[in-house]
Amino acid sequence: MNDISIFDIIGPNMIGPSSSHTAGALRIAHLAGKLVRGKITRAVFTLYGSFAWTYHGHGTDRALVGGILGFGTDDERIRDSFALAKEAGIDFRFVENKTEKDVHPNTVDIHLETDTGYSVDLRGESIGGGNALIRRLNGIDVELTGAYPTLIIKHIDAKGVLAYITTMCSGIDLNIAFMKVYRESKGKNAYTIIETDSPINPSIISALECHESILAASIVPAI
Amino acid sequence: MNFATARELLEYCDKEKKKISEAMFIRETEDLEQSPEETSAKMRRAYSIMKQAIERAQKEEIYGMGGMIGGESRLLNALRENGKNICGPLVSKAIAYAMGVLEVNASMGLIVAAPTAGSSGVIPGVLRALQEEMDFTDEQIIQALYTAAAVGYLITRNATTAGAEGGCQAEVGSASAMAAAAVVELMGGAPVQCLDAAVFALTNILGLVCDPVGGLVEIPCQNRNAMGASNALISAEIALSGIHSVTPLDEAITIMYNVGRSLPSALRETARGGMATSPSACEACKVKWKLPS
Repeated sequence: MNDISIFDIIGPNMIGPSSSHTAGALRIAHLAGKLVRGKITRAVFTLYGSFAWTYHGHGTDRALVGGILGFGTDDERIRDSFALAKEAGIDFRFVENKTEKDVHPNTVDIHLETDTGYSVDLRGESIGGGNALIRRLNGIDVELTGAYPTLIIKHIDAKGVLAYITTMCSGIDLNIAFMKVYRESKGKNAYTIIETDSPINPSIISALECHESILAASIVPAI
Repeated sequence: MNFATARELLEYCDKEKKKISEAMFIRETEDLEQSPEETSAKMRRAYSIMKQAIERAQKEEIYGMGGMIGGESRLLNALRENGKNICGPLVSKAIAYAMGVLEVNASMGLIVAAPTAGSSGVIPGVLRALQEEMDFTDEQIIQALYTAAAVGYLITRNATTAGAEGGCQAEVGSASAMAAAAVVELMGGAPVQCLDAAVFALTNILGLVCDPVGGLVEIPCQNRNAMGASNALISAEIALSGIHSVTPLDEAITIMYNVGRSLPSALRETARGGMATSPSACEACKVKWKLPS
């Protein structure tokens, strides 16, 4: 932690009451919302640990719904996110899991479905100070913070895919800060997650998806 | 230019004849390569959010999500306006404003976590009250926020500002130390006096536990923000008089961290100890809450 900014200390600007229960939860849901295509029609949030016990009093529920609506942590519409989500035709519900002990105390599983038949399942942890960590994506263990502009590529674990991805990155003059590959098992589904220092040009998506082993690619802006 | 300790910061300030606020701004723009214009704009925005939160608590009826707090800032303002306050206008305003920001926070309003949401009332309360009582401009107050940030950075880098790790002393204690240093710089104190004030503020409330009722940032957090604000002013006054701290800030930060880590987990934001076990407070909490076994 050598690059702590002034605004990590005098900040973040956020909707209260708790950076880990409100801002961190919103970041997880915001990221989930960016991973689906089409209009979100259904959302199920399963809450664990402290989230399961205190989510209502901390507004964790409204922050999660605000997150899938794409709000930032300082958006005053978070308070009214339930009404706004209903207006947007999203069916959302919360499931409390107070029995599972083997999880971080501020954990949420998010299931989203869209009108195009797309769905995503992820597990996120709110790790303090409004920071979030995505731990699982569609059944694959990952580590993703959302603090950087991120490229998430779902592909088959096959030879040459990574070379293709990095070539496409250099094609749009994108400098890779961090890059990690997570896979189900050899030759099966895998995720390559690339975190960058600058915003990602959306033209890379169609370029990536031309490759026969790449199933889908998404850009998640930093939040 | 970068610094990892209070000692390095003081050496730099002495050598270059800079204020702490200036050193912090230089670190951000040179070492972290942030644009000076954007940095200034972000700080102006932070102070504007702080002022808006204070104002909202004065004008609107707002209640915490847990139903345990709401309206306290207005009660304190009314007491002062009726001439019944006992603390003098500066401290009276500082505590009313600090508690108001916590009301806004608890009601899902917009605040600046400085350094955390649970301690977000201290710095705005102290600086806004001082501005009104001593006629400081917004620019002067915004400059002092960099001094506060420098102290908060040193604590974050070398210890913690998280209640779950260090208890309330790490949250409200840090906010109080940050505010104290900012006040000393505003009042014309030298860099070493700013850091002395931070030491006094931090060590005055060493060992304070984090024990929120129902796990919510309401009771006892709101009153503790008032305490943190008054503690900042007391500490600043002590330092401004020329009283010097024998213990340097680097040692105080390490001490606070060690005390925090030696606190039992029940007293570190888990709502299993301290005020969180008050049966009457738990009864008053609207959010159904069962003490984890």
